[in-house]
Amino acid sequence: MSDTHANTVSYVRDSMLPEQEPPLKERGAMKWLRENLFSGWLNTALTLLSIFVIWFIIIEVGPWLMNTVWNAGSLRECREILDGTSGACFAVIKDRWHQLMFGFYPQDMYWRPVLAFVLMLVAVAPILFAELPRKMLYFSGLFPFIGYHLLWGGSIWLPIAALMGFVAGYIAFRLLDRMSSLISTLGAVAAALVWWFVLAAPFNAVLSSALPVGLPFVRSDAFGGFLVSLVIGVSGISLSLPLGILLALGRQSEMIFVKTVCVVFIEFIRGVPLITLLFTASLLLNYFLPPGTSFDLILRVIIMVTLFATAYMAEVIRGGLAALPKGQYEAADALGLDYWKAQRLIIMPQALKISIPGIVNTFIGLFKDTTLVVFIGLLDPIGLSNAIRADTNWNGIYWELFIFIGALFFIFCFSMSRYSQYLERKLKTDHR
Amino acid sequence: MSSTGDPRTQTAAPKEGFRLSMLLYDQRYRSITIQIVFLFALMLGIAWLVDNTINNLRALGKDFSFAFLNTPAGYDINQRPIEYNSQMTHGRAALVGLLNTAILAVMACALATVLGVVAGVLRLSKNWIVARLMSVYVELFRNIPTLVWIIIFGAIMTESMPAPSAFRGDTPSANMLFNDSVAITNRGVYIPSIQFANDLGTLPLGVVAPSLNWILLLAALIAGVFANKAILKHATAVQNATGIRPKTWWKSLAVLVGPIIVLFVAFGAFLEYPELGGFNFADGTHLRNSLIAMWLGLGIYTGAFVAEIVRSGILAISKGQSEAAFALGLQPGKTMRLVILPQALRVIVPPLISQYLNITKNTSLGLAVGYMDLRSTLGGITINQTGRELEGMLLMMLVYLVVSLGISGAMNIYNNRIMLKER
Repeated sequence: MSDTHANTVSYVRDSMLPEQEPPLKERGAMKWLRENLFSGWLNTALTLLSIFVIWFIIIEVGPWLMNTVWNAGSLRECREILDGTSGACFAVIKDRWHQLMFGFYPQDMYWRPVLAFVLMLVAVAPILFAELPRKMLYFSGLFPFIGYHLLWGGSIWLPIAALMGFVAGYIAFRLLDRMSSLISTLGAVAAALVWWFVLAAPFNAVLSSALPVGLPFVRSDAFGGFLVSLVIGVSGISLSLPLGILLALGRQSEMIFVKTVCVVFIEFIRGVPLITLLFTASLLLNYFLPPGTSFDLILRVIIMVTLFATAYMAEVIRGGLAALPKGQYEAADALGLDYWKAQRLIIMPQALKISIPGIVNTFIGLFKDTTLVVFIGLLDPIGLSNAIRADTNWNGIYWELFIFIGALFFIFCFSMSRYSQYLERKLKTDHR
Repeated sequence: MSSTGDPRTQTAAPKEGFRLSMLLYDQRYRSITIQIVFLFALMLGIAWLVDNTINNLRALGKDFSFAFLNTPAGYDINQRPIEYNSQMTHGRAALVGLLNTAILAVMACALATVLGVVAGVLRLSKNWIVARLMSVYVELFRNIPTLVWIIIFGAIMTESMPAPSAFRGDTPSANMLFNDSVAITNRGVYIPSIQFANDLGTLPLGVVAPSLNWILLLAALIAGVFANKAILKHATAVQNATGIRPKTWWKSLAVLVGPIIVLFVAFGAFLEYPELGGFNFADGTHLRNSLIAMWLGLGIYTGAFVAEIVRSGILAISKGQSEAAFALGLQPGKTMRLVILPQALRVIVPPLISQYLNITKNTSLGLAVGYMDLRSTLGGITINQTGRELEGMLLMMLVYLVVSLGISGAMNIYNNRIMLKER
């Protein structure tokens, strides 16, 4: 080829030039800066604006944070130490640490909520991470009763009596299983209800007087701080998922009564603010229950928060069910699986996988919503921050408490959302 | 395969008659059994609750009536969009609260939408620092309860802002913003208000009496929007017929803005600036701290969620769509407007609706900073004064329910209109 060129063009280079470094603008940090920060006038303006915002925050908040006082008994003492300079006074967190964590829980029994928290982590671990031995799930099943006894105390026979209701239901289910799945389910529910409402009370009374074992009883109004948030949040989270699945199935059901009731329930709960439900729990429940009954405020709040989250959960799971191709249902039918087996083996594993982000968002929302209990007089962290400020020692302290409360919620919620991303990645089966 | 019907019904029609055991074992009848049992249990539960309520009310010597709504309220409300004083009825107080709820909800929805769209788009930007900054904003606000944010903004307003007295003197320590028109103080924000020299009076509608000037302005705006629609329709018709789209922007501008400017001039509209007088600012519009804290708290908090919705909506549109649009020779602006946005909106709108609903419901947190919304008037002071918890709470839940269902209904209609029409 070069021959033809040699005749037409006066000079043709026949040796390659040595490779050169790209120009300074096109390599290394300069290139990155040019492409990512200053690629146009709009980008440049945005970059400068962002740098200004960051610089402003650092200048405003930085010195205040760096100049922190950790040891002081009151805000006045803090200000004396700071001596006119700007600085944070996180001494309030140190001073009121126990209160912010446990509220007015008896001081000598702090080990109980701490132990309950550690056991909760143990109970939750096998649910979160499939690598752990499956036998640990038995402990997870028992944990609600252990946790209840650790936190509230009282006679040990009460949680055992409650547990035996489930055992009675299971035995009834096993006995009737050969007759019909419907009969066995009804029988299990009936056996559990009969145990709880008829037999559990005398069982508890007899054993409590004969063998009074158990931790000292702690009243619910002693609970406070993050203990309250965690108790309500964890109970609500663990109850709302199964109930939400049932409700979603009810809404998808072909049985017209069941469906109508589920739709009305879901739309009602989603249509009113949580705070009205909480006020219902604290003000109106006395109207709806037989005269003279009154039960624990925290328990009422747990029920209401659970109902609230259940309705949202049901909608999330309904979305997952709707996203499933119809062929999956038909395939399950074709295999001859009955309704519950099809749900358990084919539908739910896929539908739940699709709805993981929504489910975890509902969990996070529920956990954040536990702050609303401050309106009905429970001393959650926000309620305690008001109480701490009402004390003359700490009158006028705002930001340190808010930063602390915000940071704790952030840690819990952020780790939940990170876990959901991990789970999504792990369960991902498509090859995209 | 077969178009004649389900083969099972053709071959296996049961010969034997109905037996009682079929209620349990036969798929066809079992669902009826379950439903009857379910319905029976449900009725029993409701009857139990109603019976308890009746007994409890009788034991307390109370009746069930909404007559308290017509008795004088006897308490003041600090933010009054309509005329109200403490001599007026509880029902009127509830209405004021409802209007306050609506004002806050609309303001917060607008803020959340603007912030969310900006943050959602910027989070996708190639600009590294802006994208990171927006991620920090979204994660920070999504993972901390809205109540905490509301209280923080409330504290910022009352604790960190200068007192009105700081604006006084020859060398004041605080200055009004925007050419002496906006004052941010620890008692609230004062902004200029629009006043009319020629006041046409009010339109008496019984419960509310809106100003005629504003009604006319609103009518002019609505008429302008419809006229603009007609102009655009005409332009499209011309374009379809001739292939050339006539320039419409000056016509649109004229019908949209023209009548309003004419009306403003005719009414002699002027801005009334806040003035420092006595211990406080007078004149202008006073936005209370409670409103500002709720507005910022709800708006910025929900904006983080909207940002995620917008981001996922844009990401959901496959890259092939914009490539196809470029291949057709569309400019980037038109690609966004004609190809990406219509599709992204289908993904964005449904979750956006539920965020608007969340804002509306979260306005009930106004109690935390003393905002007098429906929950603080009807569900708060009225209940405390009259002792009508049952009626008050039921009424309040009903109002929230109607508002929520109304919003979601209206938005669903909109959603159905923009939805992709398939088969």
